[in-house]
Amino acid sequence: MKKLNRRNFIKGSLAGGIATVAASGKAKKASAAGGDFGGYPESMGVLVDMTKCVGCRTCEAACNKEQGLPEPDKPFDDYSVFDEHRHGGLPRRTTEKAYTVVNRYNVEGRDHPLFRKFQCNHCNEPACLTSCFVNAYTKTPEGAVIYNPKVCVGCRTCMVACPFYVPAYSFTSAINPVVKKCIMCYDTRLKFGRPPACVESCPQGVMTFGKRKDLIALAHQKIEGNPGKYVDHLYGEHEVGGTSWMYLSDVPFDKIGFDMHLGKEPIISYVKDFLAMVPMVLCIWPALFTGFHLLSTRKQANKEESPKA
Amino acid sequence: MKKLIAEGFQPIDTLIKPNTNNPWSWKDKLFLGLSPKDYMKQLFRNPFNWILAIIYAVGIPILVGRFIFGLGWATHGSYDYPWGLFLGWGLFVMVPLSASGFMMGTTVELFGRKDFKPIERLGLLNGLLGYFFAVVFLQVDLGQPWRLVYPMFVSLGPAAVLFLVAWHVATYLSVQIAELVPATSELMGWVKPKKFIKSIVLGLTIAGIILSTLHQGALGALFTYAPGKVHPLWYSAAFQWFHFFCSSIFGGLSMLIVVSTLSKWFLQWRCDANFSKNLDKITLGIAKGCSMALITYLVIKLVALAHDNEWGYLLTSWGQLYIFEIIAGSIVPLVFFTMAIRTGRAGLARFAAFIAVFGIALNRLNTALIAFNWHLYQEIPHWREFVIAIMVYATYIVVYRAVLYRLPILYTWQGDSK
Repeated sequence: MKKLNRRNFIKGSLAGGIATVAASGKAKKASAAGGDFGGYPESMGVLVDMTKCVGCRTCEAACNKEQGLPEPDKPFDDYSVFDEHRHGGLPRRTTEKAYTVVNRYNVEGRDHPLFRKFQCNHCNEPACLTSCFVNAYTKTPEGAVIYNPKVCVGCRTCMVACPFYVPAYSFTSAINPVVKKCIMCYDTRLKFGRPPACVESCPQGVMTFGKRKDLIALAHQKIEGNPGKYVDHLYGEHEVGGTSWMYLSDVPFDKIGFDMHLGKEPIISYVKDFLAMVPMVLCIWPALFTGFHLLSTRKQANKEESPKA
Repeated sequence: MKKLIAEGFQPIDTLIKPNTNNPWSWKDKLFLGLSPKDYMKQLFRNPFNWILAIIYAVGIPILVGRFIFGLGWATHGSYDYPWGLFLGWGLFVMVPLSASGFMMGTTVELFGRKDFKPIERLGLLNGLLGYFFAVVFLQVDLGQPWRLVYPMFVSLGPAAVLFLVAWHVATYLSVQIAELVPATSELMGWVKPKKFIKSIVLGLTIAGIILSTLHQGALGALFTYAPGKVHPLWYSAAFQWFHFFCSSIFGGLSMLIVVSTLSKWFLQWRCDANFSKNLDKITLGIAKGCSMALITYLVIKLVALAHDNEWGYLLTSWGQLYIFEIIAGSIVPLVFFTMAIRTGRAGLARFAAFIAVFGIALNRLNTALIAFNWHLYQEIPHWREFVIAIMVYATYIVVYRAVLYRLPILYTWQGDSK
């Protein structure tokens, strides 16, 4: 979709509100230009250079310890987990007991396997947040998407909405089931300006913690500075409106399980068509249908009136 | 019950006992004017009650288990498939099938079509109970059902589609209860409440239209949060809400035909002449509404395909399912409805209504479960999920029947019906 610059936007606005309302497709673009959030300017992020990852799972262990998660079924130095597959032949994913996992991908033409770390990407405009009807999610100015278990009703719409399938739910709990996901170590580290536990623990320096805008510049510098090394794409720069976690790879992203069909629009853009309709119905329907009522009962009304005349 | 009627028994339809001056007591009203013993006898004679007994014998322990061991024990709910049969069936199928309430209110009160009056209350009741049990299903599915009021009073997320659904369903439930106050007033012999509701009925009806337009649409809009997960053939950011809203019109009307047909078959003793004599004509009238909604729905479905340029998907196996749904669930009932209207055969319209209800169910289950995560893997709901869903639905039927037995829905109250 074409990005709207200011001149186009003003031109579009001048073209008249009527045209904008009539053509819903155009209306969407205009509203996106008007109310595009695009993330907090000082938001922090993490740049993951997957070419450096060796799959040692140290980050998984660090996350487990930092978040006080239960002991895993297999210890963190057991690499047989890379051969595990869940339902549908899919690789391991985050669960209520693990907020991050590393998966191994054997890519043709690459002499050793590629390892991909997976956790919440902390979107600029998170789908989980915008779909939550009790406002349980917050995008902090530091960049983390955090979750308040005290108000969660357990409708699980956030899980439906998340394009990355990140939120996990403690289905096993009957008394207090809640959503479990990475919060970028917000409470214990990010709030104080420190990098998340996984980033700090990595012996290979796979992850770089910093301001999101600096990381974008750094990533493009890396791509341009090493011709032929990286795929010319920074995953997370634009996907679903941009994410705080971004990835560099030396193989095409769709070969290592990244969804390349998400588009640049944040998920809420797809819902705006409906949301825009709501106030119109609320305002127009009462008058419209009262009018219908008067119209359809006019004969009766005339009959009642005629004897007097 | 048939046997009792044959023996000359007459169920209560007045305030005063016939041939006396004594009013019926609430106990009489509860037992339809039978002695408790006779009432129990007819209860045991009915084979359907034995089927219900079996459903409850199996279902209750499993429902209790769901609240002791959690959703993971009772369902196949997973990180990839957060929603299962409880919402897929209980919310997304039951709510459109309950749109009859606002449709009949609109027809009779707003458009002044008094010829539909005999079935208006059945339409309202069908709406109220459908919504109520959709909430029951929701309560079974929510992780923390005791926090149901949180979106209203504790922590508000007003920008979310589900927030709108929650508020509208809650408000609309109260509107529907109000709309059925007259029927209850007659049975209880109240005068003022009935008068009051009559004075605000137009406002209630219009509130019903607004709320229904928005929350029927909102249920569709819930899926616009998942553009990559719902198969493109069942997904349309621009038209999803309209698909759900428009199909709820013929869904609710068809369900009303189905329920009136079942009443005609199994509750003949409770239907009075006003209902029975007019039913064929009314059924054909509703069929007209159905056919108009169906053709609108089919056109807008086509427009959605063209809008997102999804023709290519029609050639895949998902396309076959889609084409099957459109033909069996929409085109076939449309043809039958039209034939029924042309030839004046109410029976054919009834048949078409059954198919249309099936079509709605198929569409909603396709969107919510079958075509959801189409690029991942297919999930089959846990057997316990089926048992609980069947049991809650059985409870819906039990309550429905109990109300039809007593309230003046299928029959006209004698006495102060003014």
